[in-house]
Amino acid sequence: MKEDEIKKLVFQLLKQIAPDTEPSTLQPDENIRETLDIDSFDSLQFLVSLDEKLGIEIPEQDYGKITTLKTLVNYILDKMK
Amino acid sequence: MIEFQMPSLGADMEAGTLVEWRKKPGETVKRGDIIAEVETQKGLIEIEVFDEGVIGELLIKEGTKVPVGTVMALINPTETTLETRKEIIPEKPAIKIQPTEEKIIEKATAEKFEERHLKVSPLAKRIASENNIDLSQIQGTGEDGAITKDDVDKAISQKGKIEKTEEKSIPKNEAIRSAIAAAMSKSNTEIPHYYLEKRIDITKVLAWLREANSKRPIQKRLLPAALLIKAVAKSLIDFPELNAIWDNGLQIKKEINIGFVVSLRGGGVIIPAIHNASEKNIDEIMEALNDMIPRARTMKLRSSDLSDSTITITSLGEGGADTVFGVIYPPQVAIIGFGGSSQQPFVENGMLGIRTVFNVTLAGDHRATDGLIGSDFLDTLNKHLQNPEAL
Repeated sequence: MKEDEIKKLVFQLLKQIAPDTEPSTLQPDENIRETLDIDSFDSLQFLVSLDEKLGIEIPEQDYGKITTLKTLVNYILDKMK
Repeated sequence: MIEFQMPSLGADMEAGTLVEWRKKPGETVKRGDIIAEVETQKGLIEIEVFDEGVIGELLIKEGTKVPVGTVMALINPTETTLETRKEIIPEKPAIKIQPTEEKIIEKATAEKFEERHLKVSPLAKRIASENNIDLSQIQGTGEDGAITKDDVDKAISQKGKIEKTEEKSIPKNEAIRSAIAAAMSKSNTEIPHYYLEKRIDITKVLAWLREANSKRPIQKRLLPAALLIKAVAKSLIDFPELNAIWDNGLQIKKEINIGFVVSLRGGGVIIPAIHNASEKNIDEIMEALNDMIPRARTMKLRSSDLSDSTITITSLGEGGADTVFGVIYPPQVAIIGFGGSSQQPFVENGMLGIRTVFNVTLAGDHRATDGLIGSDFLDTLNKHLQNPEAL
């Protein structure tokens, strides 16, 4: 999967959780949860759906490494290597 | 003959509009079956029956707005129903837990199927048949054009929109706003609140969670809220006067049904109940949250989700304000508020350390209890939170 495809999937999954927002306008370094106003419950749902779509499990200690679009996409790319 | 009435889904509900009967005269119903869909200020609610029998007569026409308590249908009890009615009541929790578990398992397996083998997921198929949706008319958005649960949900909501066009005059959030306004005005007018606050160290709770979650697949991970709800439920066992309602006097409730405030995107809150929380373990409470929060956010709750709360919890989560002083949801007599957690200097046994702490508040109805009870409750809650492994 290429970076663009991952981004597209991330936007699609975020849109399901926060339908009133436009995830594709996220800046690479913006904090995703703060910008889209996502709480801890929806954040977990997002990670569950990422796992279901991509088969990558993100351990809890890595939550701090995936707070922005840039770090999240890089993290996924790294995991999928 | 049993009278089926428009149920009350909270002190703020005065009436509901019958949108659809889901059962016909002559059909057999059992406890927990959905008999009707009713439009309320809290969205379209599926109404369950609490009796067994055969539907006799449907007295209210679809599209009619009726006050709470109006007899809507007559149910002929089956022979055993009347005899066993009393015994059925204690079984309530067991019956309710099942659909929750079933739903979660189904969701996990169904989505896998839909991605890899089938064009229609089993869950989507079931929901479609329950709602008379023609699958051939749906454009699937899943992989390889598979029809997913979301596609079916979309088709159902579109069908609903076509069927009741003139009813959509009040936007959802406005309706919720006025429901909150009614309940909170009643509360502040009638209930003399007292407020207490305690700073609680949750370092051990978070460490326990980290450890537990490191061994779990992501679908089974726990959120702090599940532990907090469990700790409150356990503490309430020793303080029955806080697990009660005020209706011309204090009425203590045996079941501990915790209303959990879910904030809605776009404003407003909705408070589904976790029934019998003291009897559930932390996993079961987490499953209940996983089941209810998404349905609350999409306004797809059932009548039992909104019934019989005996106390409310409001939680701000991480970040944000340090303290929340709640407004009691009548006719309840207490609300517990969890503020945002943060790292702070904390002294324990004469030693200064850095701990993750948060402020826990209790707003109590002074007609029902005094500050001392509330204070002892917060103290007990603190003790439980210092022993997360025993929860």
